[in-house]
Amino acid sequence: MPCFVGFKVPLIKVKDLTYSYPGAERPVLRGVSFAVERGEFVIITGPSGCGKTTLCRCFNGLIPYFYGGEISGEILVAGLSVKEHSTAELAQHVGMVFQSPENQLFALSVEKDIAFGLENLAIPREEMRRRVDWALEMTGTSDLRVKAPYELSGGQQQRVAIASVLAMRPEIMILDEPTSFLDPASARRIFDVIGGLNKDLGLTVVLVEHRLDLATMYANRVIVMDGGEVKLNSDPYSVYASQDARLLGIGIPKSVRLYQILREKGVNLDRPPLTAHEAAVMIRRIIER
Amino acid sequence: MIEAEGVYFSYPTGVEALRGVSLVINSGEFIAIMGENGAGKTTLVKHFNGLLKPSRGRVRVDGVETNKVSVAKLSKKVGLVFQNPDHQLFCETVEKEIAFGLRNFGFPEDMIAKRTDWALNLLGLVEYREVSPFMLSGGERKRVALASVLAWDPDMVILDEPTIGQDQGQKERLRQFIIQLNAQGKTVVIVTHDVEFVADCHPRVILMSQGRIIADGSARNVLDNLNVLDKASIVPPQVTQILLELADLGLPRDVIDLYEAGEAIADLLRRNR
Amino acid sequence: MLRVLDGLRFRRAFSPLHRLDPRSKFLMACTFFALAIIFIGILPLTLIFLVQIPLVLVARVHREWLRSLRGGAFLAVLIFATNFAVGCFSAGWVVTWDVVLYSTSMAIRFLALIASFSIFFLTTSPDDLGLALEQARIPYDFCFAFTTAIRFVPVLAGEAQTIVDAQRSRGLELERGNFLKRVRNYVPVLIPLIVGAIRRSMEMAEAMEARAYGARERRTNLNVLKLRGADYAVILASVSVLVCAIYARYFLAPPVL
Repeated sequence: MPCFVGFKVPLIKVKDLTYSYPGAERPVLRGVSFAVERGEFVIITGPSGCGKTTLCRCFNGLIPYFYGGEISGEILVAGLSVKEHSTAELAQHVGMVFQSPENQLFALSVEKDIAFGLENLAIPREEMRRRVDWALEMTGTSDLRVKAPYELSGGQQQRVAIASVLAMRPEIMILDEPTSFLDPASARRIFDVIGGLNKDLGLTVVLVEHRLDLATMYANRVIVMDGGEVKLNSDPYSVYASQDARLLGIGIPKSVRLYQILREKGVNLDRPPLTAHEAAVMIRRIIER
Repeated sequence: MIEAEGVYFSYPTGVEALRGVSLVINSGEFIAIMGENGAGKTTLVKHFNGLLKPSRGRVRVDGVETNKVSVAKLSKKVGLVFQNPDHQLFCETVEKEIAFGLRNFGFPEDMIAKRTDWALNLLGLVEYREVSPFMLSGGERKRVALASVLAWDPDMVILDEPTIGQDQGQKERLRQFIIQLNAQGKTVVIVTHDVEFVADCHPRVILMSQGRIIADGSARNVLDNLNVLDKASIVPPQVTQILLELADLGLPRDVIDLYEAGEAIADLLRRNR
Repeated sequence: MLRVLDGLRFRRAFSPLHRLDPRSKFLMACTFFALAIIFIGILPLTLIFLVQIPLVLVARVHREWLRSLRGGAFLAVLIFATNFAVGCFSAGWVVTWDVVLYSTSMAIRFLALIASFSIFFLTTSPDDLGLALEQARIPYDFCFAFTTAIRFVPVLAGEAQTIVDAQRSRGLELERGNFLKRVRNYVPVLIPLIVGAIRRSMEMAEAMEARAYGARERRTNLNVLKLRGADYAVILASVSVLVCAIYARYFLAPPVL
């Protein structure tokens, strides 16, 4: 881990990033610029096709190495320029959890799967065992240690995937719509785990999601993309309160929409509530006044 | 249109997926079947077009027992759109993909051409007529799969998890489309765990858990019943959660609609003044 | 017929056989295999088959083992019938007792062959198999391909079933029509399956890269296989039985029935 990165340099720095897939007529990303500081929990959202999934893949080198194509602009992750370091190197700083639970579990037991990345990095066995135990505990999957992937539910599989990435001790964890195939209760559990890792371990999290109602409460920043550009980049309250958010067609939580409806009727809450509980508390305060 | 009587079903592996399910679906209804993963929702709807036959009990479609009829014959009346469109796309062009079902059901050539045109128009796919379905985006592929089922105009359409991976705009368009289909007289069944989507559609809701039906009623009656929802791993819609928390202030409990909730709150404030 | 594959699937349990190192078990399976090939008499072949039964019971995998045998039953009958027909033909279309015995012993041999490797696969976790290959200095890429294939066989089988269901729901009737038509009917099943497999492997490749696959020349390993007392006993027993069997078969006078 480069220690000379210094205090003020952000963990992820993107400047004027423009990218086109090989053979594509138009760029998928156009002049994207933003920064992520250490310890933040950033949600990236936007309508289908806005480029958020492509953006994810730029952080750990899958773009440009795996996908090819034309990339321009600056992208620094943990002080390393993505264009100059291999995916294998970047994988030690940036972990990535994908959408499909099934296709990111390779081994036939959970513990072997969590060790997969560590084996690839030739970590000595004692250290590996320690990290596997630690990752199991951090994600609440210790009781699944010897199970095979087909014995796990989708939610359990995703937690194992998170543990596998966590064991590599990255500074940043990127999650690309990890709850797409999960039911709401499992999704909530996943966000809980990720939120816990962010708060307790200081792990920097970048989460690409549609289901904002379940995930927002953990985030300190929301970036909204559309057509390959960053349209909004601010704390959740400001983003949801803005007019543009409504026009962009993102999944604004109902609690926020209720806030907007009440405003139209002359009932003003302090700020857009991110959760049902927050909304109830604010409304109660107004009613009891 | 569909009657299920005491249906039990076990998979060859021994897993008992349905344990005594009975229900009646009338023509023209709009129903959402909800429940946790593994509750038996997909297993149940696969009985409606005969893909699965009950181990015990009976399923009747328009009076005919599914045991006695082929899947092809039942599918003509009951169209099932699977969750993942990639499980059915295989043709060179979108047009051929849509014509596939029509050809299987023995429609004459001129009808096939007409119905294909109609389905392409209905789902906004005309510009992709000659395009390979594999070149399309995820959302577009979903529309092709839907078009290919609607093309043969089944009386009933079942959508298995139609909202997965869709953004808000796509979900809204889907919702309006479903309402339109239902308004035209089609029986529509959606299998989903997207509570907010169901709250927006407010259909009849059938809740399943561990192979049994644990609730069956209008959306507003089922979605505020915390006990039942919990068993099915479903979280109530945010609006309902808010009002349930404020129930002691005299607000109505069974509201699932956003605007209705806003009205109720504004009303209470006006009364208090 | 696919039931044969069931017999190859690992079933987790805690039996002495499960605890053995895969390499010693492999040798044992090979020994049974070799024995079944060496002998052609119905008595020794039946013995070879029956001897495996106590092993199956100890390993507690009898249900799956029976299933694999049931799957192989069709082929066993075919082998019997073919040998019977050929034998009768060469005897001038006369049914003799010898021909019946011979055909039966060929069928039993086939079942013994299936049985021997079925036990091996049922009691060996694919992870351990992969590890055994790695420790045998086979390049990691191949070991990985091997274990991954095993890992995804049930997944692909499930997907195939879903695709069949989806296409049947569009009116595809797989059982209808003459032979040629039936083959063509499988195109709507094969194409999504193949496309799906390609897509899946792309996603897996991404995930592998994200977990630093290929970062280092030599990998380390979470587990290591060590041969223990029981393993050496099995190896010794297998080798001795094989040597005795070869001697008995080729150098001793055959017992007259």
